[in-house]
Amino acid sequence: MNPTVDALRATFGDAIGRAHRARDGDAVVVVRRERLLDALRWLRDTPDQRFDYLVDVTAVEYRDRERPLEVVYFLRSLDRRADLRVKVELDPAGELAVDSVVTLWAGADWLEREVYDMFGITFHGHPDLRRILMWETYAEGYPLRKDFPLRGRFSRAEQVRQALNANPEAHYSLEELSIAQAHAELPADMRGRLERGERGTVPGSA
Amino acid sequence: MSTRVVDVALATTGLDASGRPVRVPLTAEPERGGEPGLEGEHILLNLGPQHPATHGVLRLVVELDGETVVRVIPHVGYLHSGFEKLGEYRHYNQIIPLTDRTDYLSPMANNVGLALAAERLMGIAITPRCTVLRVLACEMSRIISHLVWLGTTSIDLGAFTPFLWAFQQRERIYDLQEAWTGARLTTSLTRVGGLMADVPEGFVEGLRAFTRTFPKTLAEIDKVLTRNAVWAGRTQGIGVLSAAEAINYSLSGPMLRASGVPYDVRKDKPYLDYETYDFEVPVGEHGDVYDRYLVRLEECHQSNRILAQALDRLPDGPINVDDPHVILPPKSRAMSDMEAMIFHFKQIMDGVQAPVGEAYVGIENPKGELGNYFVSDGSAKPVRWRIRPPTFINLAALPRMAEGHLLSDLIAINASVDIVMGEVDR
Repeated sequence: MNPTVDALRATFGDAIGRAHRARDGDAVVVVRRERLLDALRWLRDTPDQRFDYLVDVTAVEYRDRERPLEVVYFLRSLDRRADLRVKVELDPAGELAVDSVVTLWAGADWLEREVYDMFGITFHGHPDLRRILMWETYAEGYPLRKDFPLRGRFSRAEQVRQALNANPEAHYSLEELSIAQAHAELPADMRGRLERGERGTVPGSA
Repeated sequence: MSTRVVDVALATTGLDASGRPVRVPLTAEPERGGEPGLEGEHILLNLGPQHPATHGVLRLVVELDGETVVRVIPHVGYLHSGFEKLGEYRHYNQIIPLTDRTDYLSPMANNVGLALAAERLMGIAITPRCTVLRVLACEMSRIISHLVWLGTTSIDLGAFTPFLWAFQQRERIYDLQEAWTGARLTTSLTRVGGLMADVPEGFVEGLRAFTRTFPKTLAEIDKVLTRNAVWAGRTQGIGVLSAAEAINYSLSGPMLRASGVPYDVRKDKPYLDYETYDFEVPVGEHGDVYDRYLVRLEECHQSNRILAQALDRLPDGPINVDDPHVILPPKSRAMSDMEAMIFHFKQIMDGVQAPVGEAYVGIENPKGELGNYFVSDGSAKPVRWRIRPPTFINLAALPRMAEGHLLSDLIAINASVDIVMGEVDR
């Protein structure tokens, strides 16, 4: 149907799932999660394809709970003026994780963080996978998931209580700089403290 | 009263043989060993979220070695409003007011982007008059957005006068925009399949008068800034991104083109018949703050050209498609005609139905490629509404651009990204 999709199928075989044309005319192709990074690297580096520009990364969850979640990559070849949409399907009952494409496009950094923040999808190999729009200690879940109520999980009173109890100084520590750069290398107990939102207190200050 | 003797430390070590004071040479070298252990110590500086030079509630945690920026970590999300989540609970037409509030410096262009995406999803072809009017809306938005950028950036770098000139011209567009939509900010101009209203009487003449006189202001700004030693010194060679880096960081709009990548959605994936207009796409060469300034200044000229061409070709005719399933009947008919009343009721209660499928439409917004991505399951409310926020993606390159520059240059670089936090945080 689309020369790029045919070439993908010829190269990656049954790792390439169904493909169709979206209502805006762009080709959409589903790739198996295990081969995603290989397929995207192939699309970027193959001379005939040259999909060198990552337009966007996002995710879709359908109202039908049976349907898998989709992570959507919008690719563009600036030279060929061609667009392609690559999707990965994730079983909501299984592990919600895909490989990060930050090694291919630096622009994926914040986009993948946003998908993680909003959908709870983990990107393996992302250098700094923290929440980005919500604050780091946000405990109500992932806002764009369909099981997340429009007004949030916690009551207004609970939200106010948490806001008042938050330690604003925690966001202004030198630690933060190192944490952002090397979250994965931190000792496990420190990571645990970060995830529980207990960071930034001066040791011994009780 | 006893005499008091005071030892005064003089800047001389004494007198030379001829009786003149010996002068100590002035040096810029800091005194070594004054404060122990301060060399190499980095300072953590918190800039924002409430700081005039961050252009909104952006917070930058900056690690400084002296005055040199070692690292920048932006923190966004202070204005997060969950627009995308809200969109899943609203009819397509009810989403349009949300787009006013994303990039609030160019609300009309956002309205157009959303309507185009919804129409592409539903397969609706808009009328010729509507197409031209939407081009007017987009280019008016580009001019006011670039004028705000020009004014605020020049203030950041110490030039106050261009700010006043830019805002004076911006006000003229705002007057026209207010006459057309009734609002300066919450314009909600478009509807799926058309527009909220046609342009009022006197609008075309007013806009034509603007297009005739606006280049004079641009020439004045050009005269006062482009060859200004202070301006050039503060912007040239600052925040450089090569073409390959700009592509790798997914930059779009003037940020991408200033780095030498000639991609403009209006030319390369045209919408609203942009391919039939005669205009140039300015492209920079060095990818620094100065080139971004030049690109935006030239885009104002080009937008002005497009406005003049669009006014010349503005056809008569309806602004809305002739389909009662999409466009509300006029209120007078809904109150007197049974069929019109039923359509009115159905649309208010059920909204415009979209077929199953998905559609992405990117438009060239003033700040970059604004994408609207709809996924529909066949109901009147989208399953997923995604905004591709150009400023969010452009801002992600800030740490890369600011590395190694001085703190004062960080302000210039941040200004050059042209962020709007309403859109970054959505």
